[in-house]
Amino acid sequence: MSDEQAPPPESMDRREALKVIAVAAATASLADGLLPSLADAQQVVGPGGKVVPKPRIAAAPVPPKTGPRGTITDPDLLNAKANWPRVLTASELLTLSALCDMIIPADEKSPSASAVGVPAYINEYVSAPYDWAERALVRLRGGLTWLDVESEKRFTKRFTALTLEQRTQICDDICYAAKAKPEFVAASRFFDQIRDLTASGFYTTDAGMKDLQYIGNVPLAKWDGPPAEVLKHLGLG
Amino acid sequence: MVQASPKSQTNYDVIVVGSGAGGGMAAYQLAVAGLKVCVLEAGRSYDPVRETPMFKLPRQAPLLGAGTKHKPFGFFDATVDGGWEVPGEPYTNAPGTDFKWWRARMLGGRTNHWGRISLRMGEYDFKPKTRDGLGADWPLSYEDLAPYYDRTEMLIGVYGGDDNLENTPGSPAGVLQPAPAPRAPELLTKKHAAPLGIPVIPAHLAIMTQRQDADVLPKKIHPNNPLAQKVLAQSMRQRAACLWATPCGWGCSVKANFQSTTVLLPPAMMTGNVDIVPDAMVRELILDASGKATGVHYIDKTTRTDRQVKARVVVLAASACESARIMLNSKSPQFPNGVANSSGLVGKYLMDTVGAGIGGQIPALENLPPHNQDGASGMHMYVPWWQYKEQLAGKLGFARGYHIEFGGGRDLPGPGIFGGLENFTDGAYGKRFKQEARRYYGSFLYFSGRGEMIPNEDSYCEIDPTVVDQWGIPVLRFHWKWSDHETKQAAHMQKTFAEMIVAMGGKVQGTVQTDGSKAIANGGEIIHEVGTCRMGTDPKTSVLNQYCQSWDVKNLFVTDGSVFVSNADKNPTLSILALAWRTCDHILAEMQRGNI
Repeated sequence: MSDEQAPPPESMDRREALKVIAVAAATASLADGLLPSLADAQQVVGPGGKVVPKPRIAAAPVPPKTGPRGTITDPDLLNAKANWPRVLTASELLTLSALCDMIIPADEKSPSASAVGVPAYINEYVSAPYDWAERALVRLRGGLTWLDVESEKRFTKRFTALTLEQRTQICDDICYAAKAKPEFVAASRFFDQIRDLTASGFYTTDAGMKDLQYIGNVPLAKWDGPPAEVLKHLGLG
Repeated sequence: MVQASPKSQTNYDVIVVGSGAGGGMAAYQLAVAGLKVCVLEAGRSYDPVRETPMFKLPRQAPLLGAGTKHKPFGFFDATVDGGWEVPGEPYTNAPGTDFKWWRARMLGGRTNHWGRISLRMGEYDFKPKTRDGLGADWPLSYEDLAPYYDRTEMLIGVYGGDDNLENTPGSPAGVLQPAPAPRAPELLTKKHAAPLGIPVIPAHLAIMTQRQDADVLPKKIHPNNPLAQKVLAQSMRQRAACLWATPCGWGCSVKANFQSTTVLLPPAMMTGNVDIVPDAMVRELILDASGKATGVHYIDKTTRTDRQVKARVVVLAASACESARIMLNSKSPQFPNGVANSSGLVGKYLMDTVGAGIGGQIPALENLPPHNQDGASGMHMYVPWWQYKEQLAGKLGFARGYHIEFGGGRDLPGPGIFGGLENFTDGAYGKRFKQEARRYYGSFLYFSGRGEMIPNEDSYCEIDPTVVDQWGIPVLRFHWKWSDHETKQAAHMQKTFAEMIVAMGGKVQGTVQTDGSKAIANGGEIIHEVGTCRMGTDPKTSVLNQYCQSWDVKNLFVTDGSVFVSNADKNPTLSILALAWRTCDHILAEMQRGNI
């Protein structure tokens, strides 16, 4: 549609449509960011139309004429980055990984949460520049510390040094806020939070989607209703 | 597609303010009729072909694509510089009001993101006051708009079934595209809703299930207009049918659904009769001594300077509240209360749609054989309002109806998947969590009611004299109140959805409120604001005549949702498009008659 791109094919069949998607994805950001900005200029026009050296001030760059402007409300959707600094320490990430793997361990169908990078997602989440992230960070940090303190109390070791049985003993006490003993309610809420985030991080990976047998996000030539076996399963056959 | 600024020619036949549904339709219709049109868009230029994140996965976005205040419908949502907050463009609320004003600052406006739900208003919807004594009647009837619905549906491509129910009009044969086959959860819902007397029928969405017939449709849509036929045929050939994947709300690079930027603006541009000026924030209309509109002032956002452009006719299509804002800000000794406001009704009778919902877990949907449920991303089936007779007999305690939108099932896993699963599994973790996840995946459905709000005196917008936005333009202040008709309707929605979920053998999630004020969404949250410049038959009680022409300023027209007299449960976009087309026919006739 824009004038800097080749006109779409005269007739848009499915194959052509897929080609357009592929080309658009590949060329998306080429036209942006090539325009001169005030920041690059050496001279500016002063009073009376006199050209004078540019004052030493930092001016905002001129936004690109086409395409996303790269702001938080207009990000480049095709080249997305969560570009905020991460706040969790290496030690916190280790404890978090151990807990994530208590929630989603490897089994015969799929790997563990930490094996597919879930702790990095949780770090991105609690480090995000939003009020809710600040609250989530407090809960997560408080929870991780509680986990180590509780581990030391029960087994004189940090959580990461515990055996699976020992970790399970603690997790059993905090895995369900609605039925937790009063002294474990706060830790249970922390556990709920980590379980939700771990599930989000895990099931959005290829391994997680495969585990759930999600079949989709692929172009189809035509749409049929559910297969006969599904209808039968539902008593709709 | 976009010119940087109006060409040296500063005189156009028509200025169209806004490029969404109403603006896009006006630009297209007037351009194919041979008029020189200048479209002013307050947001940036936007190209869905290059910018749509087709087939992206949640993990390719920050926070797995979750919604934030900067991208309320998720990272990949098409909306640019928009949502309920726009950077540098505040609005205010009167004490006690918490109205949320959605905007999209981009070419094509909110048509890039919208739900594509395209329901016709029915005969009752045009004459609500005659039927139950509340609100006001429209100055036109269903029969007046029906031909425009027909042509609009053919033009943009709408799928749907052939049902023709009470106040839920069907379309003539050959107008709609075939409805897609229902998904498993939709079929199950239909089966269990039937004994409750709740009809589940094919939904109407502006998504193409097949390619348009570019040899036949343009001639049908534009008889006797070779230019229109030519550009429309060319535009239709550049649209593909749905690929049955990737959400419509992200936009569509193959143009399979309706966006102004893929369906209306391209053929409009092909005529050579249209200039589009992006980043042009209109602040005020310009009038001559005789009270005729001669153009508009706008702020060029890229240079922060005031500019003007002139034309014989001005069409406002900036969105319901923004158009009202422009009119109210156009004050002069001649028009101390703003332009076209001798009735004092500009900004008044602001409406949104009533929204409430409830979710359920459906055991029958557990452990379904894996299969693709993506479909058209939007719903294939829905529930039209079904209790007209009980309601008219006063049995329901609220006056107007709602339709039900529902979805769920084996969707693309995203952030928040399995949130709350602990309540179904007694806090499962470990290997058991993975087993439970496999079992429960795809078994959650969500039902949303979308209902009619009756216009009232307490819901309106006005200029806040104490606040300006970053462009120096005085902002809107909102006032809002639901009546019992809306809150009772919201409670009825939740009660009904709970009954449906139970009928399916499911478990209701969350609390079913008996007090509807706890169930109802805030004003503005459903993003169906309409009604601030309503049409009518009397200049004293309306802003516009039945052709959306100002009573006061004969060459000023409005083609967005602000013209609505009532807000039926039918989502407004299709009606905005049809009304805009009808208005354009009137503009052309008035020009031909030499009246404007």
